[in-house]
Amino acid sequence: MSAETTIETAGAPRGAADAATGYNFAYLDEQTKRMIRRAILKGIAIPGYQVPFASREMPMPYGWGTGGVQVTASVIGPDDVLKVIDQGSDDTTNAVSIRKFFARTAGVATTTHTAEATMIQTRHRIPEAPLREGQILVYQVPIPEPLRLLEPRETETRTLHALAEYGVMHVKLYEDIAQHGHIAKTYDYPVEVNGRYVMAPSPTPKFDNPKMEMSPALQLFGAGREQRIYAVPPYTRVRSLDFEDHPFTIQRFAEPCALCAATGVYLDEVVLDDRGGRMFVCSDSDHCEERRAAGHRGTMLAGAAGTENDHA
Amino acid sequence: MREDLVSLERVSKTFTLHLREGTRLDVVEDVTFAVEAGECVVLGGPSGAGKSSLLKMIYGNYRCDAGAIRVRSADGEMVDVASASPREVMRLRRTTMGYVSQFLRVIPRVGAREVIAAEGREGGLDAARADTRARDLLALLNLPERLWDLPPATFSGGEQQRVNIARGLIAPRTVLLLDEPTASLDAANRAVVIELIREKREAGCALVGIFHDADVRDAVATRVVDVTRFKSRHAA
Amino acid sequence: MREGALLEARGLTKLYGPHVGCADVSFDLFPGEVLAIVGESGSGKSTLLSVLSTEMEPSDGAVSYRMRDGAVESLFDLDEARRRVLMRTDWGFIRQDAAQGLRMRVSAGGNVGERLMAVGQRHYGKIRASAEDWLARVEIDVARIDDKPTTFSGGMRQRLQIARNLVTHPRLVLMDEPTSGLDVSVQARLLDLIRGLVAELGLAVIIVTHDLAVARLLSHRIMVMRHGRVIETGLTDQVLDDPHEPYTQLLVSSVLAA
Repeated sequence: MSAETTIETAGAPRGAADAATGYNFAYLDEQTKRMIRRAILKGIAIPGYQVPFASREMPMPYGWGTGGVQVTASVIGPDDVLKVIDQGSDDTTNAVSIRKFFARTAGVATTTHTAEATMIQTRHRIPEAPLREGQILVYQVPIPEPLRLLEPRETETRTLHALAEYGVMHVKLYEDIAQHGHIAKTYDYPVEVNGRYVMAPSPTPKFDNPKMEMSPALQLFGAGREQRIYAVPPYTRVRSLDFEDHPFTIQRFAEPCALCAATGVYLDEVVLDDRGGRMFVCSDSDHCEERRAAGHRGTMLAGAAGTENDHA
Repeated sequence: MREDLVSLERVSKTFTLHLREGTRLDVVEDVTFAVEAGECVVLGGPSGAGKSSLLKMIYGNYRCDAGAIRVRSADGEMVDVASASPREVMRLRRTTMGYVSQFLRVIPRVGAREVIAAEGREGGLDAARADTRARDLLALLNLPERLWDLPPATFSGGEQQRVNIARGLIAPRTVLLLDEPTASLDAANRAVVIELIREKREAGCALVGIFHDADVRDAVATRVVDVTRFKSRHAA
Repeated sequence: MREGALLEARGLTKLYGPHVGCADVSFDLFPGEVLAIVGESGSGKSTLLSVLSTEMEPSDGAVSYRMRDGAVESLFDLDEARRRVLMRTDWGFIRQDAAQGLRMRVSAGGNVGERLMAVGQRHYGKIRASAEDWLARVEIDVARIDDKPTTFSGGMRQRLQIARNLVTHPRLVLMDEPTSGLDVSVQARLLDLIRGLVAELGLAVIIVTHDLAVARLLSHRIMVMRHGRVIETGLTDQVLDDPHEPYTQLLVSSVLAA
C-alpha cells in the first residue's frame, strides 16, 4: 500500500469541452448535468426522498458506481479536489478508475486525504475523519428503495413513502430479532431522515450510520441502474430505526487496529496465511496511514517502532 | 284490565312457489287473536292447517303478506313484527321472544351447557346466573351430567330435545313460542316440561304453542285457537 | 346517517364500461351486525365488496362511516392517508386467498405484529406478546410464532389472517369467501371461531359468500344479489326459510338443507 500524499494535478486543461480529449467537462453534457442538478436540488429540498432521474449510459458497467459518477460529474467544478474510496480504500480498481476518470475528463485535482478533499465519492463507507462544512459526500447506491425486499411493487412503495407508512420496515427488524435475538442487519441499515422519509444509506456498515446524523457535509446518493437520486443536507437529523427494547447499536471491535492501534473505527479482517493467521486493520486506509505517519503503531508493526502499549 | 303481549290482526300468508310455475299455497287468512300475560294459547287443527307457519310468522321467521303481528317489547311498546325492520325483530328476539322448535339447530363443537348458557346471556342474564340456570335446567330435565359438556350433535333425539327446551326457556323472555316441544320425550320429562310451562305462565309470560299430545295440551292450555277456521277460502 | 349506524351505503354503482358490476346498492350497517352478501359468481357481490373496501371507486353513490370519535365521514371524500389509516386500524379485510391477505415470507408473529408497528408501536416485547395472545385466540400453537405462513395449512392461514386483522381491535371486518376452498371439517372449525370472535368483540361484519350455510351460521341479515343488483334482503333466517324472489327460491332449493 503506497499512500498518495500529495495532490495530483492532472494535465488536462480545465473548462468546458476539451478539444484534446473530445469530452465535455466531467464527461456528461451540460443538459444532462442540469437535469441531474435539478434532481439533486429537489432531493436536498426533501431530505431522504428518492427523486427519479434519467440515468445515462456511462463508460463503465452498472454496479461500478454509475449513479455516484453521474452525481459527481454534475456537481464537480474545476477547483474541486476529489477523493474516491471503495469500502474505505483509495486504491481498489474501482476507486482508482473513477478517480482517473475525473482526472482525465474534468482535469480536477485528486487526493486520498479526507481533509483535503472537497468532494468524496464513496462506495460502502464513510471516512473516519469527521467531515466539515463545504464537503460533499457522494454515495454509490445499488438499491435505493429500503422497502424493496418487503414490497416488490414500486407503486405501493411510493405510496408507503408518500403516506409515511413505515410499519413494514419495522416488520423486517422484528423478523431479525425473532430469528436471531437481535437486529441482524449490519449494513444498509435503514434510517429515518429529518423525522420523515425512511432511507437506505447504501451498503455502508451500520457502524457509519451515526456519522450521517447532523453531519456538516452535504450527502448525495446516486443509483444509476435504479435511476434515483436522494440527499441529506448538512445538519439533518438521521435516526437509525429500532425498537425501544432493542435499541440501535453499532458494531464494536474487541481489538484495536493491528497497524495503527486505532480504536472506535471500523476494522476489516485480513487473512495473513493459510494457517488461520489473521489481523484486524482499519477499513479506512487513509485514516490508518495518517495515524501511522503520526507515529501510532499497532501490534503487527510492533517491531517497527513503539507500540501503542509503549505509549500508554 | 287485559294486557295483550301478542296480538294478531287479519294476518294472511301465501307461499308462491316460483319453481313450480308460480303455484300459490294459501296458508292462513285473516288470522285474528290475542294472547295476554299468563295465558297459554294452544293452536289446534290437523297438520297442514298452518299452525307451525303461524308460529314462525310471529317469530319473524316467515313473512306475512297482510295484517299485523304486534308483540309487546321489553320497553312496553307494541312492535309490529310484520313491518318491523330486521334490527327491530332481532332486538325483539333477544329481549322478548323465545322460540322452541322441534329440532335443535346449534353450532358444532359447543357443549350442551354452553349452548344453553349462551342463550341465557344473549337474553340478558349475567354469565354466572346463565351458567347456574343452565345447570339447573339440565338437572331438572334429567340429562345425565356426563353429557353436559359434550356437543349435542351426538345426542339422541330426546336428549337433543331437552337441550332445545332448556335453551328456549332459560332467558327471562315474556313471549314464548313452542312448536311441539314434547314430541320425543318420555312421560317423566313431559311432566317436567309441563311444570316449566306452568311456571312461565305464572310468571306472567304469554305462550303460544303446538302440542299434538292431548295430555300435555290439556295440562298447559288456557285456551285453544282452532287454526282451521282461518283456512283460506281459496284453499283447495 | 341513521342514529347509531356504523356504515351507510347509498346508491352504490360500479360500471365497467357498458357492463354493470353492481347497481344502486343501498344499506345500513350497525355496530355488531353481521351482513351476508350472497349470490353466484358474477352477481356483483365481489365488486360491491371491492367498492366498500375502497379498493375501487364507485361510478356513483356514496359510503358514509362513523369514525371512532363519532364524526361521520364520506369514505370516498377522505384523503388517501386517512383512508388507509382507517383501513388498517378500524377495519379488517379477510381475503379468500390468504396469500393476498398475509405476507407469506414473514413469520406468523410478524404478520400479526405489522398493524401494531404500523400504528407506531415500537416495543418488540409488547408486540410479540400481543402476537402470542392473538395466535392463541385463533387457536394457532404459539410455538409456531416464528414460522412462515407458507408452512401453514389452509385453515391455519385463514386463522392467521383473522389474528392479523383483529389485533388493532377494528370495529368493521370485511370477509370475502373466508372459508371456501377449505375442507368441510376445517371450514366448520373456522366458522365457529369467526362466530365466537364476532360475538365476543361485537364486530360489525360484511361477509361475501356463495355458501348459504355460511350465511345462515354467521349473519343476522342477508342481501341476495343477481346481475349486480340486490334482489332480496332481510333477516337471514327469514330470507332463507321464506324466500320470495324466484331466484332466491332457486338458490335456496339448490343446496342441501343447511
